[in-house]
Amino acid sequence: MKTTILSTQDLTAGYYVGKKKSPILERLNLTLNAGELVCLLGANGIGKSTLLRTLSGVQTPLEGKISIAGKDMSQCSARQLSRLISIVYTDRTLAGALTVQEVVSLGRHPYTGFFGRLDIDDKTIVWQAMEAVGITHLAQKHIATLSDGERQKTMIARALAQQTPIIILDEPTAFLDVASRIETMQLLHSLAHNQNKAILLSSHDISQSLVLAHRLWLLRNDRTMIDGMTEELIMKGELEHLFANREVIFDYNIGDFLAKPTIIHQVSLHCENNTLKHWLSNALLRNNIGIAENKEIIISATDINTIKISYQKGNYIVGGIEELIAQLEDIIG
Amino acid sequence: MVNTSAYISSRRSCITIMILVLLIIALFPLCLTTGAVEIPLSEVANALLGQPVEKHTWEVIILETRLPMACTAALAGAALAVAGLLLQTTFDNPLAGPSILGISSGSSLGVAIVMLSLGGVIGGSIGGYMSVLLGAIIGAGVVMLILLAFSSIVKSTAMLLIIGVMVSYLASSAISLLNFFSTQEGVHSYVIWGLGNFSGITLDRLPTFALLIIVALLLSFMMAKPLNALLLGSRYAENLGVNLKATRNQLLILSGVLTAIVTAYCGPIGFIGLIVPHIARLALRSSNHTTLLPTTALAGATIALLCNYISVYPSATGIIPINAITPIIGVPIIIYIIINRKKILYLN
Repeated sequence: MKTTILSTQDLTAGYYVGKKKSPILERLNLTLNAGELVCLLGANGIGKSTLLRTLSGVQTPLEGKISIAGKDMSQCSARQLSRLISIVYTDRTLAGALTVQEVVSLGRHPYTGFFGRLDIDDKTIVWQAMEAVGITHLAQKHIATLSDGERQKTMIARALAQQTPIIILDEPTAFLDVASRIETMQLLHSLAHNQNKAILLSSHDISQSLVLAHRLWLLRNDRTMIDGMTEELIMKGELEHLFANREVIFDYNIGDFLAKPTIIHQVSLHCENNTLKHWLSNALLRNNIGIAENKEIIISATDINTIKISYQKGNYIVGGIEELIAQLEDIIG
Repeated sequence: MVNTSAYISSRRSCITIMILVLLIIALFPLCLTTGAVEIPLSEVANALLGQPVEKHTWEVIILETRLPMACTAALAGAALAVAGLLLQTTFDNPLAGPSILGISSGSSLGVAIVMLSLGGVIGGSIGGYMSVLLGAIIGAGVVMLILLAFSSIVKSTAMLLIIGVMVSYLASSAISLLNFFSTQEGVHSYVIWGLGNFSGITLDRLPTFALLIIVALLLSFMMAKPLNALLLGSRYAENLGVNLKATRNQLLILSGVLTAIVTAYCGPIGFIGLIVPHIARLALRSSNHTTLLPTTALAGATIALLCNYISVYPSATGIIPINAITPIIGVPIIIYIIINRKKILYLN
């Protein structure tokens, strides 16, 4: 049975403009469970950061309640909260002249005494946090000398050293290259799994989120929210609503959003090899040619060098995808 | 878990602190022997140890003038430097400092009001001194209150810094107005005070000054933990359980008190609060406040003693105002930092 570590009851998040409430997200009922990686997906400006700030206690809810570890969040002191939720931002910090180990050690802040001195246990926890993230070899490097990915890992290790059951990350992969992005997501996934953390992150990286998130929080264009298990939401077609009214469609096979194709012509495509079929249709779509059953022009491919075009005026064999497209353009005109 | 580079970085701070202590030990006798009258080192030692001195006037010069002056310089330098460091970390801004935020100007305005209303007769009277000190503290306090009031409205520290600069302009304009309407003697003593000097404290007033500064410095050293958390930015600090508002207020009050005390006794001294924290960070290659705070204090004392030595060096013409010397040391350092900002760890 999953343990719920954080939940909201009719939570309305937003801002105060003077004394007036300016709600952004209304009446949310969400749950966050231990051991799960949850991705919060949604368009820019829809209120992802506002929600994360509210859930992490930085911003007070306009209405409703947040329960955390069985307590009402509004009753928690800053010190109690600092032992329940740790946050990872992508902000640049002034910590360039601190070493990785010093920054990770700052995660012990809520536990250390007046002068912030670390005892043996604190030092062990700091080291274990760096081990979990795989940055022990950087321990004595200054933050200023690290790559963006290494900085992000340091901040994640810092959050681990804070030993909170919940970690909230605001677009942790935003400035990373593809490899670091995947590594970071994989790392967060395994931390949720191995250390039984509840990890909530906002992301624009749909494909990675769909691969690794246990659950998704989808913020739709109308500012309503749906919370569910990743694959179930996909199969229920919920992803399609994420960017409703925008010029994109959700591709169920790739698990990511693509531009809405403009289809001028249609052909039929027969191919046993699924990879080849995929990339053939990719090339065709890019040239505004859609795939459908029973069309006049039939393309059948066995391998990349043997592609047959059959239509009423005859058959052609072409020796590659580039040639295929050229030939089709001739035929279609 | 034991690693050599951690050892190297702690060795680096040990060496830095040792060098600074040695420099202070070297500069002290220089400041005591140099001046309008050259006094041999052996006689200085005799005077300090209470042994008979060749000339009675030498003993008076050393004990009544030069010793308090050197001590004042060291303490004032440490105080201003630490005040600057507290402000730079609080405001997330490497260019923050007591002068830039208007705290010095606030103190100056307080002093101007006292001096110019008393018509420049602050001579030797205890009451006069106390009212100058009070004026400086109230002036700095008012600027602090303005900054604190705005800090609850203005969330961005950069904006708060600009408000500080504006307040500083207002204080300067008020001072100009006061000068315009006051007596010539008043203006004269205010201008002299405004040039900055470490010779305003006599031996009998030194203990009070020293006690005030040392207490404020020790209180500042106790802020190392929240200061380190603030290096990650206010949002992270908050998440680490730091009470942002209370911490920021404490830091502003501490730096205000440090600045006000020094300003009251020595005049508004520029650049030390701005540059010394940079020197300390560059020397340590670290901004960990546990070592940075004491290093900054020592470096501040060193730089101020150096300024003091330079100010008394051309013996015949009297003492050069401190504020004529600090920019000569300060400006090259600021320019060095700006040019090399991409390579400087704590700016990246």
